[in-house]
Amino acid sequence: MRAYWELAKSSFRRHSTYRTAAVAGAFTNSVFGLIRASLLLSAITTAGGAIGGYSAMEAATYVWLGQALLAPLGLFGTAELANRVKSGDIAVDLSRSVNLTASYWAQDLGRAAFDVLPRGLPPLIVGAWVTGLAMPGTPGPYLLGFVSILAAVSLNFLGFFAINLLSFWVLEIRGFWMLYMVVMNLLSGFLVPVTWFPGWLLDFARATPFPSMLQTPVDILAGRTDGGESLAMVGLQILWLAVLLVVVQMMVRFGSRRLVVQGG
Amino acid sequence: MASSRAIRSGAGRDPQAPVTNLVLLRLLVSARLRSQLAYRGSFLSDVAGQILLGLTEFVELYAIVHNVSSFGGMTFAQTLLVFGLASVAFALGDLLLGETDSMSETIRSGKLEVLLVRPLPVLLQLATSDFQLRRVGRLIFALAALAAALLFADITWDPVKVLLALITPLAGAAIFCALFLGAGAMQFWILDGRQFANAFTYGGRYVASMPGAALFFPIQIFFTFVIPATLVAYAPSLVILDLDGPAGIPVWTGWLGLPAAVVLSGLMLLLWRAAIKKYTGAGG
Repeated sequence: MRAYWELAKSSFRRHSTYRTAAVAGAFTNSVFGLIRASLLLSAITTAGGAIGGYSAMEAATYVWLGQALLAPLGLFGTAELANRVKSGDIAVDLSRSVNLTASYWAQDLGRAAFDVLPRGLPPLIVGAWVTGLAMPGTPGPYLLGFVSILAAVSLNFLGFFAINLLSFWVLEIRGFWMLYMVVMNLLSGFLVPVTWFPGWLLDFARATPFPSMLQTPVDILAGRTDGGESLAMVGLQILWLAVLLVVVQMMVRFGSRRLVVQGG
Repeated sequence: MASSRAIRSGAGRDPQAPVTNLVLLRLLVSARLRSQLAYRGSFLSDVAGQILLGLTEFVELYAIVHNVSSFGGMTFAQTLLVFGLASVAFALGDLLLGETDSMSETIRSGKLEVLLVRPLPVLLQLATSDFQLRRVGRLIFALAALAAALLFADITWDPVKVLLALITPLAGAAIFCALFLGAGAMQFWILDGRQFANAFTYGGRYVASMPGAALFFPIQIFFTFVIPATLVAYAPSLVILDLDGPAGIPVWTGWLGLPAAVVLSGLMLLLWRAAIKKYTGAGG
């Protein structure tokens, strides 16, 4: 356990050195927030009050929380593992006395811990200033929201990790990566809340783990759901976590048997 | 890079004729295309991914529009015209200069020095090095969306509108090329600032494909007169559809696309020159 804690800490430190990148990310997420908020608000004004259960203020809050959590939740992913398979460095990873998945997971949590403030706070400040935010006044949503964020970070990590692991079987994962990004961006509710979708797409989205990766923590944090509902949503997240964990472990197990690293 | 032998053995070429940039360009692009088609499975999955990307960008718009009777003062077919024009322009710009988006990677890995020592303009090499045929997938979807919009949007055509409809995708492509160029140049100064540039390139794409009237007023002004994203598709669409523009994007801006493309390209080329001059190498 100690080793994973140290890995998480060193990952936190590693990401804290790229300060310009953090500032640039915060700037861009704020600009996108302005664009997205104005589009959703314009549609809601035309519709006369609310769309998909979101009033103007709630939709604005949804956008800003989403922009703030985008980077910490890890919606962009990293192809580090796939690159290490390509270069052969994966052999070093596999011979270490730590679990492969757990060591990358710990590092991702360290990254998320750093990203929360420098990348998360600026969009929220811009949002509070431009449109205002509708945040709950009780501690409950924040506590459950924290658990839900942890689960969502882990879900995003495992999703991208599974795509990375495909590199044990195929030479180039770019096509799969692209496919995953496109589907995840849409179904996680990052672009518009999934309840805005036409019925058939909403049903499809709800049958996947993607809404648990972004929309769930955002809705819980914003206090849109009452305590019981929020608990059920976190439960669903943990269920998906278990499913993805099994998938990833199977992939590591069978993939590392297939893996041939050239040279030595 | 094609070696001199490859150039000399180029089929049907007079061996005495001087090797111009144009000949080199053709050689580079055709070599690129052949190498990309070599792995057919990987290529097809890439094209499918690009088409799907275009599709989700459309669903993103549809998810908003299907909830309302009009979005930013436009019907669904009319928003589709904006989306189609913007997508075609972006797909073309991305095809030509999308590579400059990852300039910091090129600089950091030392690839830029390789490009600099070759007797060809760096920009030409960048454009050909990333002539990714898979990005054609995006263009295919964009053209399909545009065709559907032209069919359903109920436009009363006259010669002037036809002219505008022909200029618009080209001017838009030039605007996105210029934005990509600026994004690349900027990364010479701010090496970690790639995401910063994305606010203007991908943010510009996002704005360009949506009805401008749905934006906050200051955003309208900024993305029309500073970063000319609404001039790519929305403003010309207003002219083509005989609609009135919002306060920040008056209907006469519909004709500003081409001049804006020329001015912006000029400025960004100057910035690019300055960036290349400023580059001192990393001792590679």
